[in-house]
Amino acid sequence: MLAFAVRRIAISVPILLLSSFIVFMLASLSGNPLNELLFRNPPPPPQVIALETERLRLDVPLLERYWLWLSGLFAGDFGPSVQSNLDIGSELASRFLVTMRLILVAMLVALLLAVVVGVVSAVKQYSKTDYSATFVGFLFLAMPSFWFAILLKQWGIEFNNAVGQQVIYTIGASSVNPPDGFWSNVADIAGHMVLPTISLALISYAAWSRYQRASMLEVMNSDYIRLARAKGLSRRRVMVKHGLRNALIPLTTVTALDLAAIISGAVVTETVFQWRGMGDFVLNGIRTNDVYVVMAWLLVTATVVILFNLVADLLYAVLDPRIRYV
Amino acid sequence: MSDERTRVAEPGSAPTAGPSTPAPDREFTVAERSQFQLVLRRFRQHRLAVVSLGVLVALVLLAYVGGALWRHDFGEFTPDNSQPPSWEHPFGTDAQGKDQFAQVLRGTQISLQIAVLVALFSTVVGTVWGAVAGYFGGLVDTVMMRISDLILTLPLLVVAAMLAHRFGGSWWLISLVIAGLYWAYVSRVSRGVVLSLREKEFIEAAEAMGAGDVRIILRHLVPNALGSIIVNATILIAVAILLETALSYLGFGVRPPDTSLGLLVSEAQTALTTRPWLFYFPGLFIILIALTINFIGDGLRDALDPQQTKVRA
Repeated sequence: MLAFAVRRIAISVPILLLSSFIVFMLASLSGNPLNELLFRNPPPPPQVIALETERLRLDVPLLERYWLWLSGLFAGDFGPSVQSNLDIGSELASRFLVTMRLILVAMLVALLLAVVVGVVSAVKQYSKTDYSATFVGFLFLAMPSFWFAILLKQWGIEFNNAVGQQVIYTIGASSVNPPDGFWSNVADIAGHMVLPTISLALISYAAWSRYQRASMLEVMNSDYIRLARAKGLSRRRVMVKHGLRNALIPLTTVTALDLAAIISGAVVTETVFQWRGMGDFVLNGIRTNDVYVVMAWLLVTATVVILFNLVADLLYAVLDPRIRYV
Repeated sequence: MSDERTRVAEPGSAPTAGPSTPAPDREFTVAERSQFQLVLRRFRQHRLAVVSLGVLVALVLLAYVGGALWRHDFGEFTPDNSQPPSWEHPFGTDAQGKDQFAQVLRGTQISLQIAVLVALFSTVVGTVWGAVAGYFGGLVDTVMMRISDLILTLPLLVVAAMLAHRFGGSWWLISLVIAGLYWAYVSRVSRGVVLSLREKEFIEAAEAMGAGDVRIILRHLVPNALGSIIVNATILIAVAILLETALSYLGFGVRPPDTSLGLLVSEAQTALTTRPWLFYFPGLFIILIALTINFIGDGLRDALDPQQTKVRA
C-alpha cells in the first residue's frame, strides 16, 4: 500500500509540473503586473518602476522566470508579490487553514446528508419521500451557488434583526476581535462557519445524493442481497453491512473527482461571506495580475486535490477488500 | 430493419434456408417508423421533460421576442428609480431607473447564448477529439488523452477567470474561454463511448466490407454515439449557464453596459433588503433555465437509449 501511494504521488509530479507551467504562462501573459504603478497619478519616478521591474523579475525572459520560480520553491520562496510587503508563503498558510476548514466540514456535511438521503430514497423507491428528495436534489443542482449563499446570508441578517442580537454571523471567518479563551474562540469560529458551510454543502449534496441513490438501488437489487435476506439476516443488517458498504464505493470516486469543483465553489462562497481565505487571495491575485499569488494558490490546491484522490483510492481498499494495492 | 429483411427474403441470397414460397415481409403490417419518430415517441412519454421543454421554449421566446417588443430597452434609464414591481415595470426598477424586466430578458439572452455556444463548441471539438483518440488507440490515444487530462487538471473557475480577465467582456469571448476548458470533459465521454462501440460486431462487419476509417467514424461510430453526445451537450448547457453566472458574479464575466443573469444578481446583492425584486428575478430565471434543461436531458437520455424497450416499434 505504501509503495502504491509513493508511485501514485510520483506519477502526479510531472502532471503538476506541466499544469503549473501552463498556468504560469497564462498568468504571465494575461496582464502587466506593473499596470497599477504605471497608471498611478502623479506617475512614479522611473527609478521606482525600474526597481519594481527587477523585483518582480520582469527583466528576465519568461522561461527563465518560470525556472526561477520553480527553483525558488525548494528554498521555500513563493516568489515576489505585486504588494511589496506581502510574504506569499505566510499569507497562504493562514488563509489555507481558513479555507480548508470550510471545505472539509462542508464535504463532511454533504456526504452525511447525501448518504442518508440517498439510502432512504433508494429503500423507499417511488415513495413520496423519494420524489421529494429527487425534486430537492434537482433544485439544488440547478441553483447557482452564489445566489443561494446570498439568500442564506439575507435570512441570517433578518433572523438577527428579529431576535434583536447577533446570533448568526454573516460576514468574515471569525470576529475582528476574537474572544478570549480557547472554547469561546472555537465557538466564535464555528458560529461564523454555519452559513457558508450550509451553502457550500447543499450544492454538492444535490449531485451526491443522486449517485448514492442510484448505487444503493443497484446493490439492493443484486442477488447477494436477496440471498442475505433469504438466509435470515435482519433487514437492517443487510442494508447497512451488505448494501451500504458496497454502495459507498461509487460515491468515494465521485467525491474525490468533485473536490476541484468544491474548491471553486468555496471561492464563490468565500466571496459572498467576505472571508479572507484562499478564494479571496487568488481572485485579488488575478485582478492585480499578481502571477506568483496565482501560482501559489494553484500549487496548494493542486496538491490537495492529488492527495485527496490518493486517499480516495486507498479508501476503496477499506470498503472493498477485493481491491489490493501492491 | 425492414430493409435487411427484404434482402434476406430475396430468392438469390438465401438459397437453402428460409421459406420456400415468397413469404410476406412481416406477419402483420405496421406503419414503419423512423429512428427519429421512435425517439420522439419515447421522449413524449417523459412528461416532466415535455413540460420542461415547453417552459424553456417559452423562456427563449420571452427573452428574444419579448425583449425586442418590450416597451423599455435594457439600457434605457426610465424616470422611475427603485420602483417595486408594477404593471409598468413587472420586475421593478433599479436605483438608476433601469427596467429590471428588460434587464432580465437581456441577461437571459446573453446567458443562454454563452451556454449554447459553449455546449456547441465543446461538443464538436470534444467529440471529434475523443472519437479519433478512441478509434485509433495506441500512441494517438495516449498523446491526445494526456492533453485532455492536462486541461482537466487546470482549476476551471480560476483559469477561466484569468483568461476572461485578459480577453473578457464580450459574450462570445467568454464562451470561447469556457469552451476552451470544457471540451476536455466531452472528449473523455466520447472516447469512452467510441471505445465500447468499436468492439461491436457491426463495426467489424463494416471493416470487413472494406469501409475506410473516415467512413466508419462518420457513418457508423458518430451516429451510434450521438445519443450520449446529445444528452451530454444538453446537460452541458446547464453547467455552462451556472459557470457563466458565477464568473459574471465574481466580476470576470460579462461587463456593463451589457448584462447577464449573473451580473444582475451581483449588482443586486447589496440592495437585497431595500430592493429584493432585483435579486430574486434573475436568480429565478437561472434556476428555471438550469432546471428545465436538466429535466430535458433526463428525458433525452431515456429516449435515446437504444436498450430502451418501454415503447416498442
